[in-house]
Amino acid sequence: MTNILTIAKRELRGYFSSPVAFVFIVIFLLLAGFFTFMVAGFFQRGEASLTTFFTWHPWLYLFLVPAVGMRMWSEERRQGTIELLLTMPITPWQAITGKFLASWVVVGIALALTFPVVMTVNHLGNPDNGVILGGYIGSFLMAGAYLAITAMTSAMTRNQVVSFIVAVVLSLFLILAGYPPVTNMLVSWASPWLVDGIAAFSVMTHFESIQKGVLDSRDLLYFLSVIGFCLFTTSIIIRAHRAG
Amino acid sequence: MIQVRELKKHFGPKVAVNGISFTVERGEVLGFLGPNGAGKSTTMRMVTGFIPPTDGSITIGGHDMLEDPIPAKRLIGYLPENAPSYTDMSVQAFLEFSGELRGLSGDGLKRAVGRAIEMCFLENVRHQSVETLSKGYRHRTCFAQSIIHDPDVLILDEPTDGLDPNQKHEVRTLIRRMGEKKAIIFSTHILEEVEAVCSRAVIIDRGSIVANGTPRELKLRSEQAGAVTLRLVDGNAAEVSAKVRQVAGVDRVTVVSERPLAVRAFPQKNAGSDDVARAIGELAFKERWALQGLQVEEGRLDEVFRSITLPDTKKK
Ligand SMILES: Nc1ncnc2c1ncn2[C@@H]1O[C@H](COP(=O)(O)OP(=O)(O)OP(=O)(O)O)[C@@H](O)[C@H]1O
Ligand SMILES: [Mg+2]
Repeated sequence: MTNILTIAKRELRGYFSSPVAFVFIVIFLLLAGFFTFMVAGFFQRGEASLTTFFTWHPWLYLFLVPAVGMRMWSEERRQGTIELLLTMPITPWQAITGKFLASWVVVGIALALTFPVVMTVNHLGNPDNGVILGGYIGSFLMAGAYLAITAMTSAMTRNQVVSFIVAVVLSLFLILAGYPPVTNMLVSWASPWLVDGIAAFSVMTHFESIQKGVLDSRDLLYFLSVIGFCLFTTSIIIRAHRAG
Repeated sequence: MIQVRELKKHFGPKVAVNGISFTVERGEVLGFLGPNGAGKSTTMRMVTGFIPPTDGSITIGGHDMLEDPIPAKRLIGYLPENAPSYTDMSVQAFLEFSGELRGLSGDGLKRAVGRAIEMCFLENVRHQSVETLSKGYRHRTCFAQSIIHDPDVLILDEPTDGLDPNQKHEVRTLIRRMGEKKAIIFSTHILEEVEAVCSRAVIIDRGSIVANGTPRELKLRSEQAGAVTLRLVDGNAAEVSAKVRQVAGVDRVTVVSERPLAVRAFPQKNAGSDDVARAIGELAFKERWALQGLQVEEGRLDEVFRSITLPDTKKK
């Protein structure tokens, strides 16, 4: 546990000593604000809810989260520091977890900094704050899933750009599998249960269900298993890479 | 402390290490020599637990590196080739991080970092970011990381690479001093370093150990070892070498240089170098040659290295 914290602390320091974390947070806040207020017409809708705010998160994360996570392992490989890290008296699992948690904290900070939106809706009306909390939890879990995917892709290559692109593509799959325009199209030539089955693998399906304010254990389980699966794959990739 | 048995590593069809065995006890400094691509770094990476071997076993202080890596790794300090370090950290922060992963904390950590900074002469760059350090300083920072927990076992892959002559000297002194209480393996391409630091050296070529012994023993394998070199202020090369050849126990004589004159006498198989040297000395005295020097050659490591690792046709 101490080792995980030590590694997470170092990573966080790395994020904040380079512009990565700041750039991510600022851009996330700007874009979240832009989509919520300008594109979706938050004020015009006259509802006291954050639906317009959360709707955009899967798409915002699609590009921003891989940008945060892409250096996680590729940079270690490029600099050769992975050789130092993995010859320390720690398990690879501790290193993987520590690094993942640090990046998740960065995204968490950005998400927490959107609190003015919550204050705004509470000022303007009487929103269901339980639903809002659900939205935040879902959004945070979804970011975790994207980050775990990025951790996996960054372990595959020493090139950050490649790791970014592969992570975006994989995440896009996870979105589209449950994105209504796509599922509606699929229904026309595949049986509905197949489409539903595919959609069950999508972050969209589970994010939307959490957003409704009911924290179903199946949705929680979904995000945690995506994270667990991707981090496990990361450990296999790292082991395979070491074995040569 | 370090026991390595029949270590093998294949990268696809390529055999990088092919059955290497050795042991290093406390108080020993083992030097790894060998041409580029011989498998020195690969061997070290396996010993430190970074890459798993294809076959063979590694035991560090009684702990099996493959079965029980954490306690084995705890005993090791490692300086990888090219001395990587986290460039976004300051020297001090980097050393603190390494110390923490080594299980140090609080006052103990502070003391360890101070000691490592002092030993590696990093005082004046302590708060500088590693990114902005010169190559030599980066190397020393990574070296400092390897000794932060005062480990029993030190594995150093080219520890003097990129250092200036003064620092090379300091690091050698440091390795020799630490070698009294630790088990150390280090690789180098600088042969004088082996003589200055190692208690034992192995020459690795194409994945196998091709020579193993103290630097002195290795030097004796040199063709020159035991030859007697006579240097004169002046004299006729043909005349002098003809006379030297008559000396009892001399097999053959070569002229090393004409001016100043230097001839080298190779003793016969059963003749002692010292006796030959004494006889040549007496000859020089009798002939009233203007003697500049008379010396029994110890042999040269670079010659041994070359004759062992070059697949040369003369030898065959
Ligand atoms: N990850 C890898 N994949 C494939 N081949 C590798 C890998 N690592 C090392 N090799 C090969 O193994 C051989 C031994 O390499 P190694 O780095 O151990 O040599 P070395 O003795 O340290 O050489 P040098 O003196 O240049 O540092 C080389 O031929 C190298 O190309
Ligand atoms: Mg090497």
